[in-house]
Amino acid sequence: MTDDNGRLLRSAALAEGEGEAEASDAATRLLARASAEGLLDVAYAGVDSPFGRLLVAATPRGLVRIDYLLDGSETEALERLAARISPRLLEAPGEVDHVRRELDEYFAGQRRDFDLALDWRLTAGFSRRVLRATARVGYGHTSTYAELARRAGSSRAHRAAGNALHHNPLPIVVPCHRVLRTGGGLGGYAGGLSVKERLLRLEGAL
Amino acid sequence: MPPRRRSHAPVARDVLPVVPTSDRPPPFQTFLDEHRGAVLAFLRAAVGPHDADDCFQETFIAALRAYPRLRGADNLRGWVLRIAQRKAIDRHRQLARQPRPTAEVPEDVAVEGPDGVPEIWRAVRALPPKQRTAVAHRFVCDLPYREIGALIGCSEAAARQNVRAGLDNMREELDR
Repeated sequence: MTDDNGRLLRSAALAEGEGEAEASDAATRLLARASAEGLLDVAYAGVDSPFGRLLVAATPRGLVRIDYLLDGSETEALERLAARISPRLLEAPGEVDHVRRELDEYFAGQRRDFDLALDWRLTAGFSRRVLRATARVGYGHTSTYAELARRAGSSRAHRAAGNALHHNPLPIVVPCHRVLRTGGGLGGYAGGLSVKERLLRLEGAL
Repeated sequence: MPPRRRSHAPVARDVLPVVPTSDRPPPFQTFLDEHRGAVLAFLRAAVGPHDADDCFQETFIAALRAYPRLRGADNLRGWVLRIAQRKAIDRHRQLARQPRPTAEVPEDVAVEGPDGVPEIWRAVRALPPKQRTAVAHRFVCDLPYREIGALIGCSEAAARQNVRAGLDNMREELDR
């Protein structure tokens, strides 16, 4: 029976149940090579935090995105990154390990400032100016939407400032949780208001 | 006094323009997860277990290079298998040009196994490229003959004929 040889070839090629492990090893080696050859445009990893699971992504320029995976929609988060930066997006925990470590230290109360290169490409114009100003609000301090609008060069644009902060691609590291309403109201937060409150408590600002 | 105009306030433009996603490929990781098993199995069949990993790396590095320019790819499996079969054929050409020293790969030992499995690699390696590729697509990736024809550049009937001839030649090789 000639088909027996076909079936024999099939079981040999599929490595008799070890095929998946081998394919996984091969993919790991691919990652190293892609990175070495400069073909890894976005490296990402899921990171567990006291505030739920985060998606952390970096480009060769630096950290580009921290996403609160509120509804666990990692697929959508990845598709957004692929569309906005590059589809050459690979899961590469080693490439963002330093980010995870600094986040862990921050959550444990052992770190006040992040020492990370940032890639700002997901923001532009006024939004970027607001977020850069936000990055200068220190640990344990707070500011207001109006103040940040002013520092970004347009004191009347506190609404636009609020919008920019709501779409902050780098929450926690660019500390939009430190920005409150004039008068002290918490305002909003993309990760949920309770997370904003807990971050402020962690820093002793509440 | 007229109401103050507010139109000068800048608008937050966080979201940069996004090209419609319909004809874009998925994130490379998704693509890799989905097809890595089939590609590795195809390559094990097409070039043998010894060279399969190298060809796997070559295949996906080539895919990664071309990926950002890929548009309207509704058959990513076909696309990546086409790259893989090209890499497999390249590898066979390389091997034909520079056969490995016998001291490095003791052929007699390599092809003998308790269940006869390693014998199969020798039989596949002996096939003409088109038959080898067709047999691997058929039995390892379960591709229909129409798709095999599209991949190796012939009709559905010719693809079927290549598979049949490949199996006949393998049997002959194994019966020797």
